[in-house]
Amino acid sequence: MYSENRKTEAKNLLPGATGDWELVIGLEVHAQVISKAKLFSGSPADFGGAPNDHVSFVDAAMPGMLPVINKKCVEQAIRTGLGLKAKINCKSVFDRKNYFYPDLPQGYQISQFKQPIVGEGQVQLDLEDGSSVTIGIERLHLEQDAGKSLHDKADGLSHVDLNRSGVALMEIVSYPDIRSIEEAKAYVSKLRSILRYLGTCDGNMDQGSMRADVNVSVRRPGAPFGTRCEIKNVNSIRFMGQAIAYEAARQIDILEDGGEILQETRLFDPNHGETRSMRSKEEAHDYRYFPDPDLPPLEFEQSWVDEIAATLPELPDEKKARFIKELGLSAYDADVLVSDREAADYYEAVADGVEAKAAANWVINEVFGRMNKMGLSFADIPVPPQANTAILRMVAVSEISGKIAKELFDIIWNEGGDPVKIVDERGLKQVSDTGALEKIIDELIAANPDKAAEVKQKPKMIGWFVGQVMQASKGKANPQMVNQILRKKLI
Amino acid sequence: MTDLTALTIAAARKGLEAGDFTALELTDAYLDAVDDAATLNAFITPTPEKARQMAKASDARLSRGEAGALEGIPLGIKDLFCTSGVLTTAGSHILDGFTPGYESFITANLWNAGAVLLGKLNMDEFAMGSSNETSYYGNVINPWRRSGDETALVPGGSSGGSAAAVAARLCAAATGTDTGGSIRQPASFTGLVGLKPTYGRCSRWGIVAFASSLDQAGPLTRDVRDAAIMTGVMAGFDPMDSTSINKDVPDYEAALSSDIRGLKVGIPREYRVEGMAGEISQMWQRGADWLKSAGAEIIEVSLPNTHLALPAYYIVAPAEASSNLARYDGVKYGLRAEGEDITSMYENTRAAGFGAEVKRRVMIGTYVLSAGYYDAYYLKAQQVRTLIKNDFDKVFETVDMLLTPTTPNAAFAPGEITDPVTMYLNDVFTVTANLAGLPGISIPAALSGEGLPLGLQLIGKPFDEQTLLRTAGVLEEAAGFDAVPGKWWVEK
Repeated sequence: MYSENRKTEAKNLLPGATGDWELVIGLEVHAQVISKAKLFSGSPADFGGAPNDHVSFVDAAMPGMLPVINKKCVEQAIRTGLGLKAKINCKSVFDRKNYFYPDLPQGYQISQFKQPIVGEGQVQLDLEDGSSVTIGIERLHLEQDAGKSLHDKADGLSHVDLNRSGVALMEIVSYPDIRSIEEAKAYVSKLRSILRYLGTCDGNMDQGSMRADVNVSVRRPGAPFGTRCEIKNVNSIRFMGQAIAYEAARQIDILEDGGEILQETRLFDPNHGETRSMRSKEEAHDYRYFPDPDLPPLEFEQSWVDEIAATLPELPDEKKARFIKELGLSAYDADVLVSDREAADYYEAVADGVEAKAAANWVINEVFGRMNKMGLSFADIPVPPQANTAILRMVAVSEISGKIAKELFDIIWNEGGDPVKIVDERGLKQVSDTGALEKIIDELIAANPDKAAEVKQKPKMIGWFVGQVMQASKGKANPQMVNQILRKKLI
Repeated sequence: MTDLTALTIAAARKGLEAGDFTALELTDAYLDAVDDAATLNAFITPTPEKARQMAKASDARLSRGEAGALEGIPLGIKDLFCTSGVLTTAGSHILDGFTPGYESFITANLWNAGAVLLGKLNMDEFAMGSSNETSYYGNVINPWRRSGDETALVPGGSSGGSAAAVAARLCAAATGTDTGGSIRQPASFTGLVGLKPTYGRCSRWGIVAFASSLDQAGPLTRDVRDAAIMTGVMAGFDPMDSTSINKDVPDYEAALSSDIRGLKVGIPREYRVEGMAGEISQMWQRGADWLKSAGAEIIEVSLPNTHLALPAYYIVAPAEASSNLARYDGVKYGLRAEGEDITSMYENTRAAGFGAEVKRRVMIGTYVLSAGYYDAYYLKAQQVRTLIKNDFDKVFETVDMLLTPTTPNAAFAPGEITDPVTMYLNDVFTVTANLAGLPGISIPAALSGEGLPLGLQLIGKPFDEQTLLRTAGVLEEAAGFDAVPGKWWVEK
């Protein structure tokens, strides 16, 4: 938690015509809580459905309807707070945020203003250059989502879909500790990863279950914070990068021209890659927050928090540390594997009983490489982890070569089956029989006397013979043995 | 045959059980009375067909020996309670055509107990008023008149339709809601018993909200026993209302033992306001004497922050109302006045849909919650509220109950009070119970020199409605108030 005092590394300074600028970013991430029902009504919180399918009298703000807190959503907020190493407030208050909008049927959003359920916490970012920064979390609070206005239908009218009205959101507010686009992206990715590990938000930004409002300002290095602009409607990590880059450049231009930044809310337009003014500070709503008289303060015992804490899974930071310390993985491999809980689970299942590093290489390059290339998700990987374990085990004892291993993986990906049986049935076992290998090699030397002579001058040429042997054995020759025999015979 | 509409709930219940008359006969008697009393404008929506159906069903249950606690009893319902399939207006133009698809917790309890719906009763718009002059559906006229004077009088408010209907024998009893005195003040103006239970005793689910932290439903009845019967059915825990309290509902009727020996009754000196009419002071003194002769100990007590109650109330209640009424925006239900764009549609709808008093309170509420004013007004008012609660907590260490007049004056004529602040002073003795969440009851105790009813108020400890009702019963018996208004509204 650095806020104003955090300096920017030289590489992250933005050069302007009149000198360098520091970029200062704070993020407000809205994460939809995973729960069956909405925050204050029993209606389903599922994504989709025909418009106004998931709407109760409460969600539609019918007269006399009252909110009742959904315990599951509270539990999820506590769980998330624990995952962010944050202070859990056993007493918090729901407030009304008043404003008029057609998709806000009550005329107010129930949110938390002065006393949120979760206080200060932190998120650690491991950056590509190997450095780490810790970004401070100011607070997390629970609030209702709004509905959706649908315009310009064939009838020329505006329509309102209240399916999302009242769905529980967690608003996670960072301190303005972020100093570069890379850090901002890493922060959102890390937050997403933590929420998914915890099972409190699915992190699907394309479906809107995770959205970010980005606060951007610039300052001369070490100077006090500049005036910020809040950018809304940022619904992917890539767009967030674009929005920040555009906004930083816009602000630097204004300041270098002797102008002044006006505090305002801006909207990101992904089609043009730019931000546009939405409303100025003067036009900002006065939300007239006050405690919701329909809801007594939310109070629970610390013992409940402790119970939830006891069910927390191992989180990415701890998992990464364990992978490095106990399994001997590189920081890079560990990072890749822990970024997603399912990736880590898959990897750990594969690594059970084989060498950890070899398993990491295999899973990252073969399994995840192929998955990404085909645009699949972890659940869609057709090869069970145990099959990979069997393949790696055969490689380890030289029963099959690395090349055959990849072929075998290919077969199982496409056809399924037991790797050990396939190796047996299709005769894929590595040839480590000296006699058989010598026979192939002798024939090759006899057929290529000039090449054999060349090797004596240029020992590197031996690779050509290795390749030929592998080809002749259909990849089954043990490459170490082939090398040994060739060296003995040729050099 | 006796006039069936003259019977209390307790008496009607006896007659129905004995088979002296049927629920349908009882209902028809009331429906005739409603027909004859159009002048009083007590009903917004009479529901005669529904009433007769419900009465027939009651007769069937009575004949099977399955009578509920209010079997066959014809009731009027303040139009703030949502009633499934029956127009619900809150006395406002903005809820035009609004027919809920759900039944409020309290009315559902009443129907489950066998009660019959005679119709929906007129009221001040969104329960904002002390004279029933703010209803979109017109003023309600008090069945009481000054002796020898034909001037129309207000029935009090906001439950003015409820008060007029019960006082004029247009229903056996009625529901009301009380945010600052809206049950007790009209009860006092019409010679009825009106009970505001402890906050959280009756569910607010399905009642159009005015000021959520103050609103509480209760009955207006002809006597204390009927209030006990009605409250027993209306009260109860409701998991759908987060401010509802999970406490068993005692047998209130059984609490009416008349034995208050040893009870300590406080007389708060701050309620002796300047300019209080002599006849009201005298009634108050008489009330104290009655309780004393029934064995209670009378103790003068102090509630030092009383003078802050009314100002605090007129900040807290409008603040909550300004937010509660935001949902009436023309988008989803009720009135819509089209406009150029969404903002003008909002403005047109709310300009046309709300009356002057509602607009005034929405503006006050919006103002006191605004950035820069919140701390000075809303927050300060909440602090005052805590002080007032503390005052009560402190006196309840030494007394069991407080005795005060219900209102500083008797009923007045429509248009007689035009200054809003003077009008708000009608609530001066009643708002404190709302701010502190305490139960309060008004009992008719005397006729004024002009022949109008005057009420005494008892304020009790939280959830001690039993002692409150028992003591009210003692006052009722001592006062022997049996005056009824002449049926001047019935055309001969």
